[in-house]
Amino acid sequence: MTAGAHETTLGLDHRKLAMWVFLGSEFLFFGGFIAAYLLYLDTTAGGPGVEIFDIPFTTISSFVLLMSSLTMVLAHHAHTKGDMRRMRLWVLATAGQGAVFLGGQVFEFNVFWREGLIYGDSPFASAFYTLTGFHGIHVFIGILMLLGLYSLTLTGKIKPGQPIKTEMIGLYWHFVDIIWVLIFGVVYLIPELALLE
Amino acid sequence: MASADTAKRGGLMSRPTAETGWTSWLTTTDHKKIGILYFWTTMIFFFLGGVEAGLVRFQLAQAETSLITEEIYNQMFTMHGITMVFLVVMPLSAAFFNYLIPLQIGARDVAFPRLNAFSYWVYLFGGIFLYSSFFLGGAPNAAWVAYVPLSTDAVSNMGFYAIGLQIVGLSSLAAAVNFIVTILNMRAPGMTFMRLPVFIWMSLVTNFLLLFAIPIIAVALFMLQFDTIYGAQFFQPATGGDPVLWQHLFWLFGHPEVYIMILPAMGIVSEILPTFSKKPLFGYAAVVFAGAAIAFIGFGVWAHHMFTSAIGPVARSAFSLATMFIAVPTGIKIFNWVFTMWGGKLRLNTAMLFSIGFVSMFTIGGLSGVTHAIVPHNAQQHDTYYVVAHFHYVLFGGALFGLVAGMYYWFPKVTGKLMNESLGKLHFWTWLVGFNLTFGPMHMSGLLGQPRRTAVLPGELGGTVEIYNLLSTIGYVVLVVSSLIFITNLIKSIKGGEPAGLDPWDARTLEWLTDSPPKHYNFGTIPTVTHRDEFWHRKYAEDETGTPVAVPAGGSEEHDAAVRDSEAEAEEHIHMPDPSYWPLVMTSGMLPMGYALLYASIPLGIVAVLWMLVGMFGWIIEPVAEGDDDEPEPVPAH
Repeated sequence: MTAGAHETTLGLDHRKLAMWVFLGSEFLFFGGFIAAYLLYLDTTAGGPGVEIFDIPFTTISSFVLLMSSLTMVLAHHAHTKGDMRRMRLWVLATAGQGAVFLGGQVFEFNVFWREGLIYGDSPFASAFYTLTGFHGIHVFIGILMLLGLYSLTLTGKIKPGQPIKTEMIGLYWHFVDIIWVLIFGVVYLIPELALLE
Repeated sequence: MASADTAKRGGLMSRPTAETGWTSWLTTTDHKKIGILYFWTTMIFFFLGGVEAGLVRFQLAQAETSLITEEIYNQMFTMHGITMVFLVVMPLSAAFFNYLIPLQIGARDVAFPRLNAFSYWVYLFGGIFLYSSFFLGGAPNAAWVAYVPLSTDAVSNMGFYAIGLQIVGLSSLAAAVNFIVTILNMRAPGMTFMRLPVFIWMSLVTNFLLLFAIPIIAVALFMLQFDTIYGAQFFQPATGGDPVLWQHLFWLFGHPEVYIMILPAMGIVSEILPTFSKKPLFGYAAVVFAGAAIAFIGFGVWAHHMFTSAIGPVARSAFSLATMFIAVPTGIKIFNWVFTMWGGKLRLNTAMLFSIGFVSMFTIGGLSGVTHAIVPHNAQQHDTYYVVAHFHYVLFGGALFGLVAGMYYWFPKVTGKLMNESLGKLHFWTWLVGFNLTFGPMHMSGLLGQPRRTAVLPGELGGTVEIYNLLSTIGYVVLVVSSLIFITNLIKSIKGGEPAGLDPWDARTLEWLTDSPPKHYNFGTIPTVTHRDEFWHRKYAEDETGTPVAVPAGGSEEHDAAVRDSEAEAEEHIHMPDPSYWPLVMTSGMLPMGYALLYASIPLGIVAVLWMLVGMFGWIIEPVAEGDDDEPEPVPAH
């Protein structure tokens, strides 16, 4: 597809390989924060703990984020077909869903804060806000990249024959979603289930 | 592409074109120039780290003296450690990666030339940020390991540590992605994995280690930063936080870090020993496998740094065992190097002497390392000068000896000139004597109970310990003299060294196939590789007894001529990536970003983010060099 791809040793485009390699590193980054969160699950220093989570609310925002992976795939598919109008539509839809998810996170943080989960009050609070906050930052950077992708297709810098550029951002976006699946399971759901017992 | 061409010539987004002069260095995307930038920058930091070491040594030359205050002493040993690890040994390895990886695999540049420039500038600004702490209230002062709660409570300068190392780590991470992709994806035709030079193998392993270790220290540093500056509670016992978490995260990075520093030197020595023994490397596959095994096991031994912390007997036993295991692949390498030299025609020039010095000094350091694996022994040595002696034997006697060997070996490649051999040998012998005089006695003073990181040498340890410390300080002076000899040699040889010719060492690997210094595009024609030690096989055949015989009738000269011919025409149709301002523009935003995080200043943070976003978009939308873009071929109408 790309001019460079068949000249590389592995037959993979450099940029795609680089993104995979970088994402390998990202897994350890989130792994570190998830480990710290699990360590401090019960270390609430008398403040609120996992019972504060609003599972139905977070389920909905998680659903929105996961659906954004679908629109991301559709954007890439449209780009490979050279259908830039549809591609732009799906890119905007993806960014929009990411923004909805982020809005949900900001709302959720506000609610937790008012209910007494203060960042500097307990290791649990610090670990929760830092882990989910860093994920939020990743989503935010993803939205910036999608909007950049959108605008650069308009200026002609990104051309119909270059779906690799959409694919790369897609890889990042799917990674951010996969990490959220992990976070939603480990941070929200499993401790909540343990609470029910 | 005519439109790209016009865009390149004029307009707001035009790319710089200077190939000489200082702008060419600020905007360069050439891996060779970036390698040279890395080299000189590490020399400056090496000087600073050496001065810090000197203040520490003179303070400890005699018992109960106070040359510098305890506060300054703490800053000195902390900055010495940070400087030597993060600003000298790691980037010096990066200098070698930059210069040699494309040349040794037969490529014209790295996979992402602008990202490569980004890595260098981030490293430089990270170093400047760390050193600016001296003018902004004091340098980090809780040791390079920065154990909490000391680093979050009792001292005030660890914000610089947390953010500064984060910046330097970003540089390593970007470089790791770049080099991994370069090695995996840009090898010359025929350069299969088992034909890669060992230095390339060790670079690949090192960069994978960086890729997986850097995010872990990033997590730890963020937690430290949030604790010290924003009041988070990760390590605060008052609310139930666990200080041992810091130790786990730090050493989960910190132990692979040890191999990040030593593996490049091992790769360099594995290139030099065969060349000057006139033999192929003994047990190539075993050396490569051992390197990978070291990296793999290296992630499973971190808690041997924590045997005296609260980790329990099961963990102690498991990590003790794993630590002894990791000595096995290291031993394999040492035996392979010895057998490479065994029965070879040794040429004992400076590069070879430093390589042999590496093998011997590293063996001493490795052996004292095995003693740390034994838990009761470890408890006895913990935080004494015995440990200081051990890790200087592996990092100075090991990594630095190997890297210096590499400097002598590849100096002719970089400059086209030879380094002065007699000054070089003088450098080696003073360096070896000074090194052993400085760090050898520390084994003894440590076993006699001298504690690390203590500002005043306690008089009650007795006269013997005092004498050992005096010897160490004298050794430091010898090392200073030796370094001056080295710098003199370096500058003298750059200015007026003898011309080296194309192949001064009768070398084995691809980088010697091209000019010295190489042209901007490295190779006029990308070589096709048919053997391990390709260049050697182009020069020599073997007779029936396996003895190398030079290829008759000037086979190699014929080849050289062919290379030259193709190079003459090459200039016209090789398209190298253009220089770019944007890596520098973008990364200079790291400084305001660092201070914004440090002083929790939101306005400054906004400025920094905008600054870097402007840099990033400039980077994205500047015109791409012809042939560098994935522009689809114009479809002919039919």
